[in-house]
Amino acid sequence: MPDPSSTFRLTEEQVQLRDAVRTLAREQIAPRAAAIDREGTFPHDIKDLLARQDILGLPFPEAYGGLGADLLTVCLAIEELSRADATTGLILAVHALAATPILLAGTPEQKQQWLPDLAAGRRLIAFALTEAEAGSDPAATRTRATRDQTHYRIDGSKRFISHASVADVVVVFAVTNPDAEKPSRRLSAFLVETSSPGYAVARLEHKMGIRGSPTAELTFDDVRVPAANRLGAEGEGFAIAMRTFERSRPGIAAQAVGIAQGATDEAVRYSRQRVQFGRPIGELQMIQAMLADMAAQTEAARALLYRACAEIEHGPAEDAARWASMCKLVAGDTAMKVATDAVQVLGGYGYIEDFPVERMMRDAKITQLYEGTQQIQRLVIARSLLRASA
Amino acid sequence: MRIVVLTKPVPDPAAAEHLGPDGRVDRTGGNVINGNDEYALEAALKLVETHGGEVTVVAMSPETGRDVLRKALAMGATRGVLITDPALAGADWLSTIRVLAAAVREMEFDLLLVGVDTSDGGAGLVPAGLAALLGLPYLSNAATIEPVDAGVRVNRITATGFETLESATPAVIGGTQALGAPRYPTLKGIMGARSKEVAVRTLGDLGLDPATVGGAAAGTRVVDLRRPPERGQAKMVRGPAADVAREVVEFLAARGFI
Repeated sequence: MPDPSSTFRLTEEQVQLRDAVRTLAREQIAPRAAAIDREGTFPHDIKDLLARQDILGLPFPEAYGGLGADLLTVCLAIEELSRADATTGLILAVHALAATPILLAGTPEQKQQWLPDLAAGRRLIAFALTEAEAGSDPAATRTRATRDQTHYRIDGSKRFISHASVADVVVVFAVTNPDAEKPSRRLSAFLVETSSPGYAVARLEHKMGIRGSPTAELTFDDVRVPAANRLGAEGEGFAIAMRTFERSRPGIAAQAVGIAQGATDEAVRYSRQRVQFGRPIGELQMIQAMLADMAAQTEAARALLYRACAEIEHGPAEDAARWASMCKLVAGDTAMKVATDAVQVLGGYGYIEDFPVERMMRDAKITQLYEGTQQIQRLVIARSLLRASA
Repeated sequence: MRIVVLTKPVPDPAAAEHLGPDGRVDRTGGNVINGNDEYALEAALKLVETHGGEVTVVAMSPETGRDVLRKALAMGATRGVLITDPALAGADWLSTIRVLAAAVREMEFDLLLVGVDTSDGGAGLVPAGLAALLGLPYLSNAATIEPVDAGVRVNRITATGFETLESATPAVIGGTQALGAPRYPTLKGIMGARSKEVAVRTLGDLGLDPATVGGAAAGTRVVDLRRPPERGQAKMVRGPAADVAREVVEFLAARGFI
């Protein structure tokens, strides 16, 4: 089998996996997408489907019951799911994101304890870093974890936490070393079971898009967590979070590419069918130009995503964060532009809920915001460039 | 139950053109498992799921056929055998049967399943020819396959219905679409296929002289190629069934067909 870093084509295995997910998404997820958006509740049936089909097991090593897929293959699955429904794509993306700290920093015992249930999709996991006053600046985190012999006591709150109301366990970042000289050495990461006394969902946000994906505000009121649930050493939390983003931002880029492709598909379909001036609007040059740009831009974002996945896994470690940010930046902006253009192609019909492109346009916006805003991605890219040339 | 299934890589029938400039099938593009072979594979997988056993898939093709075997392994086959040799280019049907027979003689099996024909060549000679060369019973046009005490029972499609055939095993069975739709490979199946064995056999491995099989020994060659003549404009009739029926009857009656 060719080294995936040395080829610009997917391996036969990746093509088969992508096609298997594509078929499933087209037949069983796309027909649910409008209802998931309208109802605004987490689609447990779709989560069960992803678990049953081993899709939630993709990012986990085979030793823990997963499929041991590489980053690109996980992204192919997120892309194909998101092409049908961005909320569904996010189920896999968040699960993979939140499990990454365990894969990166977990001990063999922690992996054995937590990963098999996650790989089988029996349990869901969420990732809680952001706070009301600590978004782009996670070093400003205020949630505290205080050591109490064999346990930690966690107090504080988190905001904008995807899946926290449906997850069984949440990776929580809290301050353990408030006096550390560097702000980046103040945080630690903990696995907190959502059944823990003192853990509460204060409210769910009403969002513009990805409306089937619950976004929670959490409060921690003296939540006792065994010390054995700490991931990595005290003070390593910030570093774990940053290394997690190197592997999770491509997942959001994949969601964005999927949305862009889905919007392009809809615009092309509509352009064949919609007749104005006595012919399909696809025969009009102004429409053709828009479709061509949408397809080319989507393919460019996809190419960068796939390249980034290969570089993150096979290239120099110091460049991984830059590749992750570049693909998320380009794919997020592409999704927003392409989905907006798809609405334009459909005209008034693009603005009403009878067609999926208005949902895709609303869903696209989040890909410019979460997992680091586009501004943060540019910051990461620029810092990497300037450091490299120093 | 040990089952061997011949899974021929053929150009995707959904793709546009399949012939190279020499008039032979162009096998350089993406290949898929021949349709009838895939139905046979599905039947084989169901049989071993119910009765235990293993499925070996065999393809004779250029190296590109490995991908087709991978797909069969992803669907659940146990192992693959790729028969490949540059001297096999241009093999005619008799060569093909000789090579396949030499390959399956190396294997122990109860059933040898083969699609009744292929979507590229379409001659439909291989299953019967193989049975003849191997000296085994041939149960053709199978719609169902089930093991019985004496061996195997097949419902064979005929022009008017079914015949129920039984034979001792080992036996060769010709598979059809009636065996049922092939499964999609699961993700676990796809990832699991990477650790399954695909053995490669050359003509030398099979003890065959390249001068006696393949292009060098082909008894047929492509002399000419013609497209079928264009059909005339079809008349489409749509509407309520009663109106459509009346219009069709009038059309046929006006031309003296009824």
